[in-house]
Amino acid sequence: MAGGWLLRLVGFVLMAFLWVAIVWGATGLPRRGDPLAPATVHQSVAVYYIERSYEETRTPNLVTAVLVDYRGFDTFGEALVVVVAALSCLLILSRAKGVGREGRGGEGGPAGGAQ
Amino acid sequence: MTSVYDSLFLHTVVRAVVPIIQVFAFYIITHGHYSPGGGFQGGVMLAASIILQRISVGEESYRRFPRKAGIVLAGIGALLFALLGFIPLFLGGSFLDYGRELFWLPSATAHYWGIFMAEIFIGLLVWGSLTAIYDALASGGVE
Repeated sequence: MAGGWLLRLVGFVLMAFLWVAIVWGATGLPRRGDPLAPATVHQSVAVYYIERSYEETRTPNLVTAVLVDYRGFDTFGEALVVVVAALSCLLILSRAKGVGREGRGGEGGPAGGAQ
Repeated sequence: MTSVYDSLFLHTVVRAVVPIIQVFAFYIITHGHYSPGGGFQGGVMLAASIILQRISVGEESYRRFPRKAGIVLAGIGALLFALLGFIPLFLGGSFLDYGRELFWLPSATAHYWGIFMAEIFIGLLVWGSLTAIYDALASGGVE
């Protein structure tokens, strides 16, 4: 566990930075129910999808066109979330090669540190 | 993990049903342009077909679809999806803006094929991820 405090410090600083960034970003959002919010003033984006999506993407299914094309970046992140979930499951649930089945393997023996 | 319900009927039914599930999943993935569905839904069905074999046939399914294959498939799907997004970036567009790639095609057709490829990669990714999650949960950590 040497260097554990360093990892913890880095994690803490990262989390603090992310928290500040999220709060800072959230202060720029319009107030709830604001009639002058951009999403309510510029209704044109929904109308734009309905009117133009077929000629722009040749895709009759409007949902697919919005999901994978116009909002492709969002879908990309969504797909990565699934992969990260699978990786986390493997990391948490699977046992390393050297760690035996008899104990937890965290006794500090040679198997504890081996990957 | 051995099969819990070792019966001839179950094996026969599973053998008959799994190909149908897989063909239908492929249809859902590739027909996402025209009907509800797409990569996520089809990928879940492909994973369901593998998990059905895992819990019914047991040992044989691990020979056909090894444990390691799940997470590898997921990684390949994610990597190809990211590369697909990077192609228009190199052609002067923005990330995942399929209109710029395959510039000898009309923009709408390029979008069409971009959506198609993205759906297939999402399908691979979801298929592999869910199978890997099942294997991690069911194997008890034994490699």
